[in-house]
Amino acid sequence: MVKKIYLFHHRDAEYTEEETQDKNKLMTLQLPQNSPPGKKPENVVVTSHTTHHKPWKWYDYFTFNVDHKVIGIQYLVTAFAFYLIGGLMAVAMRTELATPDPDVLDPNLYNAFMTNHGTIMIFLWIVPSAIGGFGNYLVPLMIGARDMAFPKLNAIAFWLNPPAGLLLVASFFFGGSQSGWTAYPPLSLITAPIAQSLWILAIVLVGTSSILGSVNFVVTILKMKVPSMRWDQLPLFCWAILATSVLALVSTPVLASGLVLLLFDINFGTSFFKPDAGGNVVLYQHLFWFYSHPAVYLMILPVFGIMSEVIPVHSRKHIFGYKAIAYSSLAICVVGLFVWVHHMFTSGTPGWMRMFFTISTLLVAVPTGVKIFGWVATLWQGKIRYTSAMLFAIGLLSMFVLGGIGGVMLGTTPFDIHVHDSYYIVAHFHYVLFGGSVFGIYSGIYHWFPKMTGRMLNETWGRVHFALTFVGTHLTFFPMHELGLQGMPRRVAMYDPQFTAINQLCTYGAFLLAFSVIPFTINVITSWRKGEVAGDNPWNALTLEWTTASPPAVENWEELPVVTHGPYEYGLTDNHRADGFSELGVRG
Amino acid sequence: MQQVPVSLLTLVAGILVTLVSIWVGQHSASLLPVQASEQAPLVDRFFQILVGIGTALFLIVQGAIVLFMFQYRRRQDDDRDGTLIEGNFPLEIFWTAIPSIIVIGLGIYSVDVYTQMGGLSVGHHSMAEHAAAPVKGTALAGTLSETSDIEALTEEIPTNEVIPEPTSAEILPEEAPVEAPELAPISEPITLPVKTPIKTPVKKLVNVPQPGIGIGANPKVLGKSADLVVNVTGMQFAWIFNYPETDITSGELHVPVGADVQVNLAASDVIHSLWIPQFRLKQDAIPGQATGLRFKATRPGTYPIVCAELCGGYHGSMRSQVIVHTPEEYQEWLESNRVASAQTQQIVAALQNH
Repeated sequence: MVKKIYLFHHRDAEYTEEETQDKNKLMTLQLPQNSPPGKKPENVVVTSHTTHHKPWKWYDYFTFNVDHKVIGIQYLVTAFAFYLIGGLMAVAMRTELATPDPDVLDPNLYNAFMTNHGTIMIFLWIVPSAIGGFGNYLVPLMIGARDMAFPKLNAIAFWLNPPAGLLLVASFFFGGSQSGWTAYPPLSLITAPIAQSLWILAIVLVGTSSILGSVNFVVTILKMKVPSMRWDQLPLFCWAILATSVLALVSTPVLASGLVLLLFDINFGTSFFKPDAGGNVVLYQHLFWFYSHPAVYLMILPVFGIMSEVIPVHSRKHIFGYKAIAYSSLAICVVGLFVWVHHMFTSGTPGWMRMFFTISTLLVAVPTGVKIFGWVATLWQGKIRYTSAMLFAIGLLSMFVLGGIGGVMLGTTPFDIHVHDSYYIVAHFHYVLFGGSVFGIYSGIYHWFPKMTGRMLNETWGRVHFALTFVGTHLTFFPMHELGLQGMPRRVAMYDPQFTAINQLCTYGAFLLAFSVIPFTINVITSWRKGEVAGDNPWNALTLEWTTASPPAVENWEELPVVTHGPYEYGLTDNHRADGFSELGVRG
Repeated sequence: MQQVPVSLLTLVAGILVTLVSIWVGQHSASLLPVQASEQAPLVDRFFQILVGIGTALFLIVQGAIVLFMFQYRRRQDDDRDGTLIEGNFPLEIFWTAIPSIIVIGLGIYSVDVYTQMGGLSVGHHSMAEHAAAPVKGTALAGTLSETSDIEALTEEIPTNEVIPEPTSAEILPEEAPVEAPELAPISEPITLPVKTPIKTPVKKLVNVPQPGIGIGANPKVLGKSADLVVNVTGMQFAWIFNYPETDITSGELHVPVGADVQVNLAASDVIHSLWIPQFRLKQDAIPGQATGLRFKATRPGTYPIVCAELCGGYHGSMRSQVIVHTPEEYQEWLESNRVASAQTQQIVAALQNH
């Protein structure tokens, strides 16, 4: 009963004596985050040693460093470099597609760009930046830990990524892998075998990285939470990373096994997927999609986590339905493992299977919907500040609603049969992956850049960046729905002239999107060096990462913080004052 | 100043959203290509409903976002927080239940649509009926010699009604191939206006087992044999259409309007996918795995056949077309190609003899 009062009413009015004492004690603890060692308040349990590291120098970021914050930034910067490479490939493809004939690129090179664009964007941009970058940087800070559970493992996981990228780049000397990021045999068995093998090795490397990272996240979140943090005070980003990691642990080995079998088929004369030697090509598709459908959740769940952090801070509002959002991550994680055949509705799958996976696919939309509604309701009664981070978060909401509705339509076999492997699919997954994941990553960068660097990003340029990206995304991807409905297949270097006008629209959009990266990159580089100094908590946020310096000290805190309130309790304290109460807030 | 009650505004907004969604749903079919198969209207009606529901959801959620963005924007110099609201359990139950009901409803409806498209009856032996059926008129192979029957192709279905509809139990086990005696009379030479007499133009019996994957007979023709069987082979980067009843091989698919066509798909190198957007049908052609599509074209015309599965550098150029003929045109096409086919065979035979 006491707890309820504590949570839902203005604090000073309702404290019991014991709690008042508690509060005073806690308050003193909260203030001196980086005070000199002599001024320690009483009752502090110093859980770790107190030797002081010097702050990292720039060259430390190029070494095998075990600090989770360094690793996080290493992931983000590396991933962004690959994002630019993958983006240039997309620009080349859209240039080709400005005309129906294959007049700019050789069709095989086009396919190599198409394959590696997808591979890089998924495995070397979204996954490493969302999970590796934000996950590593934020999870220990959010749960009050000094580092990840296994720091060396963490560094190993990161350092598997650059060689993977180099393998992909190297594969272009052998023609480049040309069989799509799906690498369906028999095409992948007979096309550019050396490049395909390098591609497989690259994916196995990043897959291994993902598995190592996931183990680390699961153990860190389960075991290293600061003792004063209750499970229902765990930031939603951490719940999302936990769900993501479990999903990655279950599914990634299946992809690795499928790809290794493929590697054997290409190089060592086995015939797992060779139909003329008793192999089964559909088996590969099952192995592939058993991982690769969950992979789309690997790419969106951490971003949902970012959303759940950014929206409350910038709308000055408690997240609406904490438990619903946390559980829906876990529900997506479980149900998401049983929807993979919806990528195979026109493949070698019997009718009953298509029906089963239609229904499971439709069901997975429900927890996603719950999250969306929760975020929209968080805006309600808030005091929304239109920072760049918030613009991208709201942009994501808007994009994801479109992409999600398109996805529910796709989930039904009768409609999917028509649009499967058409540009409708391209439109859909760019809405959820670009409009969703990439917008979320941008939002996260604008939100946590001050913490990572100690400096603010320029907000004006941030808004320009948002406007260009928002318009560019719709211009590029919305018309693709119609292309697909009308009958244009995906993954083509040449197309029927009737589609020219719409394709040109998409190409202009892609150019705009490419251009939109320029103000962002310049903003990041200049702000990192000369931006306005941020201070510890520029957004006046409540999660633990904002209780330490910006950038945080090497071991994150002098003294570990004590959790005095939930991560989203805006409107409670003097600093976070509400202007009223609502009956809706009081439960039970 | 008194305000209009929120419930009234919500009601009006709800009515507007409903009307707009219904309107958008009804007009969404114009986004799709023309309908040229029996399945197309089924898919399109389903699409219209999906778009209608999707529009409603879109308007509600986007409307809420835009409304809140405006209404709850931070005012100048207001540094306070918003109201502390942690959630609302009944509301959360509500917005979990409503989408659940919608998607379960859509799931059930999509099973129904898919059944009507024939998706759940693949694998039934399409030729089983031949043994029992009178030769007349049921299979195209049986009617090729009789022009009058060809003309009656579109009105063919009523004759089929004479035959009692076999239950699935009767159809399934009948794997036994239909043997020659039943169809023997057909293999008489057909008199054609050409100088060279043609030997047995009907080479094979209609005895291709229907693949177990793809789209099968829809409920209307369940248990009946297809009027026309076409064996389709995908290869880098072309489609080959073979008519086993007449041994015609073509680079384009020719079908008579209204005929119940069974297309058997095979791939000789990599996976391809046969997509006819105007038919709303697609099925992968998979090496080592028989698949198929069964359809009835409803609108004469020429429509593209697209390869939808990445099959190599020139995947985008792997296109063909399906020509849906009137029965007369189809007969003409059939005869001209049969002559060509027979002549080729004669030349081959002549060459072999020498």
